[in-house]
Amino acid sequence: MWKNLPLFPERASALAWQVDGLYFLLIAVSAFFTLLIFAAIFYFAVKYRRSVHPHAVQIEGSLPLELAWTLIPLGICMILFAWGSLIYFQEARPPKDAMEVYVVAKQWMWKFEYEDGQRDLNQLHVPVGRDVKMIMSSQDAIHSFFVPAFRIKADVLPGRFTTTWFRPTKVGTYHLFCSQYCGTNHSAMIGQVIVMDPTDYQAWMSGGAGGSTGTLAANGQQLFQQLGCATCHRSDTQGRGPNLVGLSGKPVLLDDGRTVIADENYIRESILNPGAKIVSGFKPIMPTFQGQVSEENLMALVAYVKSLAQTQPKGEAGDGSSAPNTSKLQ
Amino acid sequence: MATSDIGDIQVAERALQHHFADMEQQRDTASFGMWMFLLTEIMFFGGLFCAYLVYRASYYHAFVEGSQKMNITLGATNTAVLICSSLTMALGVRAAQMGKPKLMVILLLITIVFGFGFLGIKAVEYHEHWVNHEFPGPSFHFETGDPAHPATDPQHTEIYFSLYWAMTGLHALHMVIGIGLVAWLVIAGLMGAYTPHYYNPVENVGLYWHFVDLVWIYLFPMLYLISKKHGG
Amino acid sequence: MATAVQTVERENYLNSNYGIKSWLLTTDHKRIAVLYLISITAMFWLGGFFAMMIRLELLTPAGDLVSSDTYNKLFTMHGIIMVFFFLIPAVPAVIGNFVVPLMVGAKDMAFPRVNLLSWYLYMAGAITALTAMVTGGVDTGWTFYTPFSTTYSNTHVIGAAIGIFIAGFSSILTGLNFIVTIHRMRAPGLTWRRLPLFCWSNYAAAIIMVLGTPVIAITLLLVALERAFHIGIFDPRLGGDPILFQHLFWFYSHPAVYLMILPGMGVISEIVACFSRKRVFGYEFVALASIAIAVFGFLVWAHHMFVAGISVYAALVFSLLSYLVAIPSAVKVFNWTATMYKGSISYNTPMLYAFGFIGLFTVGGLTGIFLASLGIDVHVHDTYFVIAHFHYVMVGGGVMAYMAGLHFWWPKMTGKMYPEAWAKLSALLVFVGFNTTFFPQFILGYMGSPRRYHAYPPEFQVLNVLSTAGASILAVGYVLPMIYFVWSLRYGKDAGPNPWNATGLEWMTSSPPPTHNFDETPVVTWEAYDYEHQPQEEITVGH
Repeated sequence: MWKNLPLFPERASALAWQVDGLYFLLIAVSAFFTLLIFAAIFYFAVKYRRSVHPHAVQIEGSLPLELAWTLIPLGICMILFAWGSLIYFQEARPPKDAMEVYVVAKQWMWKFEYEDGQRDLNQLHVPVGRDVKMIMSSQDAIHSFFVPAFRIKADVLPGRFTTTWFRPTKVGTYHLFCSQYCGTNHSAMIGQVIVMDPTDYQAWMSGGAGGSTGTLAANGQQLFQQLGCATCHRSDTQGRGPNLVGLSGKPVLLDDGRTVIADENYIRESILNPGAKIVSGFKPIMPTFQGQVSEENLMALVAYVKSLAQTQPKGEAGDGSSAPNTSKLQ
Repeated sequence: MATSDIGDIQVAERALQHHFADMEQQRDTASFGMWMFLLTEIMFFGGLFCAYLVYRASYYHAFVEGSQKMNITLGATNTAVLICSSLTMALGVRAAQMGKPKLMVILLLITIVFGFGFLGIKAVEYHEHWVNHEFPGPSFHFETGDPAHPATDPQHTEIYFSLYWAMTGLHALHMVIGIGLVAWLVIAGLMGAYTPHYYNPVENVGLYWHFVDLVWIYLFPMLYLISKKHGG
Repeated sequence: MATAVQTVERENYLNSNYGIKSWLLTTDHKRIAVLYLISITAMFWLGGFFAMMIRLELLTPAGDLVSSDTYNKLFTMHGIIMVFFFLIPAVPAVIGNFVVPLMVGAKDMAFPRVNLLSWYLYMAGAITALTAMVTGGVDTGWTFYTPFSTTYSNTHVIGAAIGIFIAGFSSILTGLNFIVTIHRMRAPGLTWRRLPLFCWSNYAAAIIMVLGTPVIAITLLLVALERAFHIGIFDPRLGGDPILFQHLFWFYSHPAVYLMILPGMGVISEIVACFSRKRVFGYEFVALASIAIAVFGFLVWAHHMFVAGISVYAALVFSLLSYLVAIPSAVKVFNWTATMYKGSISYNTPMLYAFGFIGLFTVGGLTGIFLASLGIDVHVHDTYFVIAHFHYVMVGGGVMAYMAGLHFWWPKMTGKMYPEAWAKLSALLVFVGFNTTFFPQFILGYMGSPRRYHAYPPEFQVLNVLSTAGASILAVGYVLPMIYFVWSLRYGKDAGPNPWNATGLEWMTSSPPPTHNFDETPVVTWEAYDYEHQPQEEITVGH
């Protein structure tokens, strides 16, 4: 009977039940207080109406009551705060072994690139039961990646990467909305998330529907050669720029004494704006690649640099992994 | 003496607006209002200061390189000019309070001269930046001028210059308004509007002038002196 | 009081002199309030018209009534007009302007000419923004998010931003005037503890106006400069940070929602006390809650940015502070309810609106708790849930309070009574229409319907149709008062100085008040809401 008037979106991710659980608690709390206030107003308004209660009894106030209705809501709020924050922490921390999908948002479409080089437009194919991490950036205005069935949302910003993740638990096709207003066809910037059986997913992958041309990291490696990055960023210690092997995810010591983690955003910034953070022991000689690499190529390069951490055995990663790594794109 | 005192009080009574009980309430109210206005002004500049601090923390090198293009001599001269103008302004208020309208007018005129001096020096600096393409926008171009140390991060140095122009420009606009207000005081002073019983406008414009001066006292170290050593 | 037949009309602020010049150059706070009333009403109808267009478009899932560009301009202009040109000035600049000097026993605001200047600035800002709208419109949303507003929008962003910039100064000057007036112009004996709560809440709102508005002014100025000169402060392509814009924008615009609701809360305190014939329960707590809201309101802005890529720890802190700001609002609601306990309650129109306010504000406030919760906010952020929430607070709260206050002080402003039966009908229509319009939007939002969508998936249609149906009831509820208020100017019964038999200095002078407000400066020797010593007469007018 609720077919035409559903009250909840589908629950298709591991997180959906948690969010809905908190939502139910919030509804219960709200309903309780709303009914309390409505009932009190109604009761007082009838019982003390002027015709039956012509003389008001003056009451100054009551400190115990004030304390009660300050502290009790405060206590309830703290419980709600703790629960909401726990969920948020999970949302903010993608699992380490998640499969990665790169997303480029632009007015008014979604482009997806999978690790193996497959591409999708406005359709995201994912296998059920697998953790999926989205690494996203925008080519123009701010967009927002919103899948109601997964209860997740993350703004997609120009000039940097943002991430979100989910684990689909139910096969099906779900709405993907852009939820940050982005211009004329904002409401047409919608797509589908297609959650598939692992076997169907494999079949779809090997079908080459998106015109695969080698894995994303391989494309990145090709670009790395073409753009001449390899002349300075050599895999030994002789290069004019830092060695990139084993860089990804490690701390990097900068020349002003700060240490930063070499995450996706750091690699991105080092390509586009090399002067912003200079690795200790290197000179600021790298030219900027701002305007020379497209958002897609940038993602391929980032995927390649990240893949260097995984393909090389740990021993070859230069200075070793315990001390802050001084290697960098510079 | 007695007649001039009565005259003063008459001037003051004419200046009492109908909705105040007495001159004291009027004066209190006016200066309280001025302080509230200055609070608003602090927040107005506060937005820019906040943007400056955020970007300076993120793009330290770029900001240092930008600040090295500042002409410290002219900046320091301007700081001195403004401090002197604040002194003459304060003495002007004092003269109004003491009932020396002629002295007040002279001091305020000197203040105006200092004000124009500041703007003139600022214009010279602006011109220098302009011809060096250190104005944000399509024509922006930045070089450190030292071949051994090429610009590391010109993109963010442009943001430094955006903030430089926005902050000093807004400050200069406040100076222009301030000069206008002081000029108005001079004219009213010549017509004998202020007496020891009524000089709120002089006092309040003085507060405004000191505030604008104070903004510069913050702008000068932030924009000119942040770090003269090259981070390397 | 109303029985005395007035043979010679007493001189008052309306008939003391005539002519357009006597209005446009007036420094009388009461006349300026009337100027504001007229201009704000015009803006309300314009914003309301845009709202109706939005609701009509959303009747069907396909975007078939207007083009998507037009739709985007409609919701942008609805937002800009309603927020900056109606809600922010509504209660303070109309009711506050009229009533606060009377309440504190002053002859005028502290700075009458500044008061007039702020109306002219409001008009200049409104005309600038309207010009931008007429010559092509703006499509950035009222939030002006960069880099869309600075780089990608092809509409008149600069004009709208400058319009809001100018109107911002109007707001600053009004706030400044309130603070100084309440500090320095109170009648002898009117101590802070005797001050009506309406003054307290306007004082709290004025703090926000003075401290917050300059920040949005400078922010919008930077947006305009960025569009004009590409200075790059918010443009990521030039190395700027679009998130910085959001911080600066919400630093004002979140306190601004408290600025819209606080004066309304003051109105409700006055009305609940008057029609319960009781002192407001826990007067000190209600007064301090206003200040607490104003102060905490400045510390929660980043809860608009939980999905914008801010750090997890920042999100945690802002979530916690957002819960804390809910507490003083809850304290107020409980105190209003407790005020009615053992009161002597009559159901005049202002009280009906106050009932509506308390109920709707409770719902609006509680759904704010949903949004403060990080886990839920990620899902409902930028959906219709948010739309419903802030309309419950801003329309269910702010506009209900404005209507309540307008009915309550209309007899004071005009000397005439409005027709009670019609007014009660309109209050009922507003309440029913409002809930029908906005309650479905909570469900829509949780379903995942994003805001600012010109076309939407078909499963959202039923709730959207319901919402549009409610909006038409709401519209009737707002048209009625417009008609009967105008009607009452000519045909309404004479109100007399104190038709509600209320306490407060404003009721001790004639209606409409004389230009100088009081024949002699009142001396206050009693507490606020001293209904115990107020003669217990039956309200004779309007039953």
